[in-house]
Amino acid sequence: MFDYNFHWRPVLKSLPDLLAAGLTTLEIAALSMVLGIIFGLGLALIQMHMRGPLKWLASAWIELARNTPALFQLFFFGFGLGAVGIHMSPYVIVLAALSFNCAGYLAENFRGGFQAIPNTQIRAARSLGMTAWQSYTRIIIPQVFRIVYHPLTNQIVWAVLMSSLGMLVGFRELSGETQALASRTYRIFEYFAVTAVIYYMVVKIILGSSRLLATRLFRY
Amino acid sequence: MEPTMSFFSGFQPSDVLYLTEAAWRTLLISVLSISIGTFLGTIFGWMMYEGKWAAALTLGPVLDVFRSVPLIIQLVLFYNFAPIIGLNLDPFLSGVVILSIYCASLMANIARGGMEAVDPPMRRAARSLGMSYWQDLRYVVLPIGGRAVFPSWVGVALGVMKDSALVSVLGYVELLKASQILITRTQEPLLILTIAGAFYFALSYPISRYAATLEKRWAS
Repeated sequence: MFDYNFHWRPVLKSLPDLLAAGLTTLEIAALSMVLGIIFGLGLALIQMHMRGPLKWLASAWIELARNTPALFQLFFFGFGLGAVGIHMSPYVIVLAALSFNCAGYLAENFRGGFQAIPNTQIRAARSLGMTAWQSYTRIIIPQVFRIVYHPLTNQIVWAVLMSSLGMLVGFRELSGETQALASRTYRIFEYFAVTAVIYYMVVKIILGSSRLLATRLFRY
Repeated sequence: MEPTMSFFSGFQPSDVLYLTEAAWRTLLISVLSISIGTFLGTIFGWMMYEGKWAAALTLGPVLDVFRSVPLIIQLVLFYNFAPIIGLNLDPFLSGVVILSIYCASLMANIARGGMEAVDPPMRRAARSLGMSYWQDLRYVVLPIGGRAVFPSWVGVALGVMKDSALVSVLGYVELLKASQILITRTQEPLLILTIAGAFYFALSYPISRYAATLEKRWAS
């Protein structure tokens, strides 16, 4: 019933390539998280405190990021913008799409975090003589980060998993590299099985270290 | 006779019909996977809740794998693995199988959360009124726990609907694949991607809005 011979040797031989590509995956996930946090914070603040066109833009960004598939967003940045003359390398396309998506999801998390902090804290900070900027960066945002810490780690995992879509626009991160190698040797199942294991371990390492970090950061 | 033949032709009204059909197929595969996934996920969640450590040691890690490996890798793996064990599945069935399992692995957590949301005294009261175990589950746990986790259920269901775009990798012509086919013919990526995005948005946005209002109404 089982006349398929598994060939693991070519996969093991190209394991260094896969691991190197895994680093690319980590790099792009980390970068998109950083950009996503910056833009997400900005979007959340704009949506809460401003009105007019800027607020509409922020709402449109958030709703589009949350209500369309990540793959669609990737194609839009890749092929859609390519049609109007904005050509980007696969790296930039994946980074832009991932950051766009992460920012949309994180903005909602941040908004929930901001709303969980009583308004009186800002007033207290201001009456102690802090400027608006100081009271945000020293009082509000540290607390918000504590509230959104767990959604944030989930989002990092999502960013790692979502970066696998890069394979569909020809970006050589872990999945793209796997596909390229697999099509060379035609050992598709074996290659993708190993890649799945690598992804699993990466996710476990991220979750484990974030839990460790949480016990250190939020000790009291 | 035309002196030259053209592979490309502009966007025609009939193409909108083609995209609508594809959107219907996206809806079909999503509804099927979400239904099966919710059913299986509820059973898994119940096992995790009742099984305690036995389930935590066996079922937990298995479900965890499906949450920690990118969906696209799962799809490619399964599509290439099925023929090895003698199954000949078309892209649609492969997609349904993997999307359902993926959905179930996410739903299991939600179902367990729902069961934990019901106070034990309430359940003891139900049992002491003479309800059987199943009556207790059906008439006490389901309405109360279900209401508690309904918003997260909608979130996961919409997530699976958006992730169904990945089945295009296997060649199933759903909304995103159809738009790719049209882009190849018409060479108008921006227009077609916008239409496809509008379809996804129209499917997802009203449901997420409705769930948000329901959540607010139930909270008060």
